[in-house]
Amino acid sequence: MYAFDFVKPGTLAEASEALSHDGALPLAGGQTLIAAMKQRLNAPEKLVSLTGIPELKGVCAGDGGVTIGAATTHAAVAAQAAAYYPALAALAGQIGDPAVRNRGTIGGSLANNDPAACYPSAVLASGATIVTNTREIAADDFFQGMFTTALHDGEIITSVKFPVPQKAAYAKFQQPASRFALTGVFVAKFADGVRVAVTGASESGVFRWTEAEAALTANFSAAALDGLSVPADGMIGDLHGTPEYRAHLVKVMTKRAVVAAG
Amino acid sequence: MPKDGGIGASTKRREDLRFLTGNGRYTDDINLRGQAFAHFLRSDVAHGRINRIDTAAAAAMPGVLRVFTAADFAAVGGLPCGWCVTDKHGQPMREPKHPVLADGKVRHVGDPIAVVVAETYAQARDAAEAIVVDITELPAAINMKAALAPDAPLVHDDLPSNLCYDWGFVEDNKAAVDEAFRTAAHVTTLELVNNRLVANPMEPRVAVGDYDPWNDQHTLYTTSQNPHVIRLLMGAFVLGIPEHKLRVVAPDVGGGFGTKIFHYAEEAFCTFAAKQLKRPVKWTCSRSEAFMTDAHGRDHVTKIELALDKDNNFTAIRTETYANMGAYLSTFAPSVPTWLHGTLMAGNYRTPLIYVNVKAVFTNTVPVDAYRGAGRPEATFQLERVVDKAARELGVDPIELRRQNFIKPDQFPYQTPVAVVYDTGNYHATLDKLLEISDIAGFEARRADSARRGKLRGFGVAHYIEACGIAPSNLVGQLGARAGLYESATVRVNATGSISVYTGSHAHGQGHETSFAQVVAEMIGIDAKQIDIVHGDTANTPMGMGTYGSRSLAVGGSAIVKATNKIINKAKKIAAHLLEASEDDIELKDGKFSVAGTDKSVDWAGVTLAAYVPHNYPLENLEPGLEETAFYDPSNFTYPSGGYGCEVEVDPETGKVEIVAFSAADDFGNIVNPMIVEGQVQGGLAQGIGQALLESCVYDDNGQLLSGSYMDYAMPRADDLPMFKVDHSCNTPCTHNPLGVKGCGEAGAIGSPPAVVNAVIDALHRAGHTHVTHIDMPLTPARVWAAINGN
Repeated sequence: MYAFDFVKPGTLAEASEALSHDGALPLAGGQTLIAAMKQRLNAPEKLVSLTGIPELKGVCAGDGGVTIGAATTHAAVAAQAAAYYPALAALAGQIGDPAVRNRGTIGGSLANNDPAACYPSAVLASGATIVTNTREIAADDFFQGMFTTALHDGEIITSVKFPVPQKAAYAKFQQPASRFALTGVFVAKFADGVRVAVTGASESGVFRWTEAEAALTANFSAAALDGLSVPADGMIGDLHGTPEYRAHLVKVMTKRAVVAAG
Repeated sequence: MPKDGGIGASTKRREDLRFLTGNGRYTDDINLRGQAFAHFLRSDVAHGRINRIDTAAAAAMPGVLRVFTAADFAAVGGLPCGWCVTDKHGQPMREPKHPVLADGKVRHVGDPIAVVVAETYAQARDAAEAIVVDITELPAAINMKAALAPDAPLVHDDLPSNLCYDWGFVEDNKAAVDEAFRTAAHVTTLELVNNRLVANPMEPRVAVGDYDPWNDQHTLYTTSQNPHVIRLLMGAFVLGIPEHKLRVVAPDVGGGFGTKIFHYAEEAFCTFAAKQLKRPVKWTCSRSEAFMTDAHGRDHVTKIELALDKDNNFTAIRTETYANMGAYLSTFAPSVPTWLHGTLMAGNYRTPLIYVNVKAVFTNTVPVDAYRGAGRPEATFQLERVVDKAARELGVDPIELRRQNFIKPDQFPYQTPVAVVYDTGNYHATLDKLLEISDIAGFEARRADSARRGKLRGFGVAHYIEACGIAPSNLVGQLGARAGLYESATVRVNATGSISVYTGSHAHGQGHETSFAQVVAEMIGIDAKQIDIVHGDTANTPMGMGTYGSRSLAVGGSAIVKATNKIINKAKKIAAHLLEASEDDIELKDGKFSVAGTDKSVDWAGVTLAAYVPHNYPLENLEPGLEETAFYDPSNFTYPSGGYGCEVEVDPETGKVEIVAFSAADDFGNIVNPMIVEGQVQGGLAQGIGQALLESCVYDDNGQLLSGSYMDYAMPRADDLPMFKVDHSCNTPCTHNPLGVKGCGEAGAIGSPPAVVNAVIDALHRAGHTHVTHIDMPLTPARVWAAINGN
């Protein structure tokens, strides 16, 4: 780790101002950024902590949806969202380990957009809205490939608004070492259709499996997926699985998510 | 019921109070006044020629005391190898130089190029980035078979090839073995990989060098399993420091698993630099650095053939193994694939003819050396896999094929065709016990239940033999060891009767402080709390060889028994004087000396006080004091054995293997502390299951380490493991050491990998996937799925 300055503003305006300077980076739970800095792979001049801003924290329900503050930890989501959106809370409860869940935040995870992170699948499958200090971004527009999002430099995610589906579940197949998603599938059934989002598998990051959505919208059962398959092209191949294996897992995990959603 | 604190009691580990409360004193806890910090600049290429190193800018950075390169070590020796293997032609192995810092070439990712010593660790690390290194990257030799091709890049330019040695054992048997294969009724052939592992002890390595110029006294604090070995190797062969001017201290050490046996460059560097700078110099390994500098384990590629007669009796075994040495010879690397591997190829069986060929290969990877089991897991894995495969080919029960070919209980001592003589064992008994505790009778019902849930259930067994308690010094000397393998103990009885035992063994998690005290407490009949075990400091312990190879109780414990017997003999003389009786009539029981057939007695403290306050004492015949030292050199190895049973569920959709039950029936001879033994077995099983299902150290073709962190190197976690059933009731005591013990530290890691793989193959075969005859470890979900689906 190199030397850096650290500020912990108490308001969004102060945070925004602090981030307007070159070399400043926002710090949420730090579960990726701090590790990269320790490896000297990232060297910000200034870290602007977002964990001291009260309005960025908390879970609240209303208007048929759930809004989660961007600086809310995974552990807090697991505990506080369970009553409103059980599938989302269950996903949060499976991220990392207790230490990670008590530091890492939903906003940090989404801004980082790791291709194997869990949250992007829930956000995309739910058709959630990412609220920032300047605008609202639909999930379908937010994720733009591995570690790439629609966020501008200095733009801060403030909350995520989730519509709550009639049925939903997340099925995660763990990478054996990191326990990130080797392939994770979030299935959400709404009155007007089903959305299926896949994380961990694609070189393009989280994606919607539209063929499965159509089949499940017509018939919300695992059997509806029988004739479908996902091509291996564009899937990730690494020590832990070939593109073919990941493509296969997409279908298996989608079926399991449908079964779990009931 | 054994007395608490005596032999056979599950006495709680006294050391755990400090370990579990965070109050252990590890090397990194040692901070000396005026201490400076070292940071190693390491190669990021696997193979390259160093054209130029410019340290000027780094040397001028804030806080920098000095930057060291190979030029500073011109007058210093290289890191020595402790074992010379003779090849099948009678020639010594090729033994390249192993400089402290890379000299002219870098040979693996992580090879140290330069070291910055600075006032703070951060300053040293900052300055290291200012060192300019001009390296011409060279093609790397990574794959062992490719590394032996005529046009392969040479790891060491002064050697004719990358072959370290080509070893045949027993070379004189080769023709007879080949003939047995020609006449065999059936031959089973299996090619397999024993995957490369990173030891990953919880505590990374640390070294602190200190130098006292006024006494010309060097001290090295280091994370070692054998401080005297480091003192000898580093003092005599690297830095030229005589033993009386070099103290090596290995305080609490947080796990070793073999990788802390060896002498490493960082130890020599810190010792050397402390004298140069007249400042203590500390180096603490990061976890990332550990992945690319700690000696790795295993990494064998093997073809094994098993010949059987028409009645399914084993008639011969023939193997060909490629063993990775890495870029340099680590301290005991050459011995692992040879004498610790070839001599175990008889396993538990009566196979009359065995030939083992091993080609040791240099590659541009981290050196490979002993890791928990060291050679014996590699032997056991291939043997227990090929036996299972033979049973499937022949359509017989793998368990019964084993039982049929076991050495019989009345055949001990048993001379194997691979040099060693097993003193005791009862493999039929451990197999029967294993099947009992595995509830084999209930297996079909459990399998049916799994099938209802869409899972494939399988059961696999493996039987192992290991050679522990290393080793008879004269024998290993003939085999190429450049060290003796005795052990030492000094028993110092204090005036009021308390005892300090100074052992040459070293504890890094094994519980010696508890179990060794139990031995002495039992022998004298006093409370174990009166006995302390002292280890890890060459300044106060007799020259010892340290802890590895499950040797500490069998060899180190035997030295303690010898020294304690000397104490008891002398104490009896003192007691005889005090009681005015003949020494022959003195009996020691429960800490009291009495005259046989009388009520005259004196207690332990009465005798010890007389030894140090010798007013009423036979000074004309007997020296005062009560302190004895003994060295014990074993007459044979010990041969722990056992049977392991693994029950798995395979998810056919994802390939994920879950171990649903695991049973172990071990024969460790006599047992001093059953709780500690069970813990050792459980830890070994966790590591063996880790190898079988999770762990794999992988390089790409350019020699970049792909599994260089816990993001990609999968360690076993608690939820990867079942509750273990561990039994050690089938014991046949060792016949040649005074405790009758065999050693238990490595068994779990040796016996479990083939049990796991056999269980998975069993599950797949029962489900009709009979085309799957082998899957290489680790059996990741992706590999198992690919095997089921025929690719």
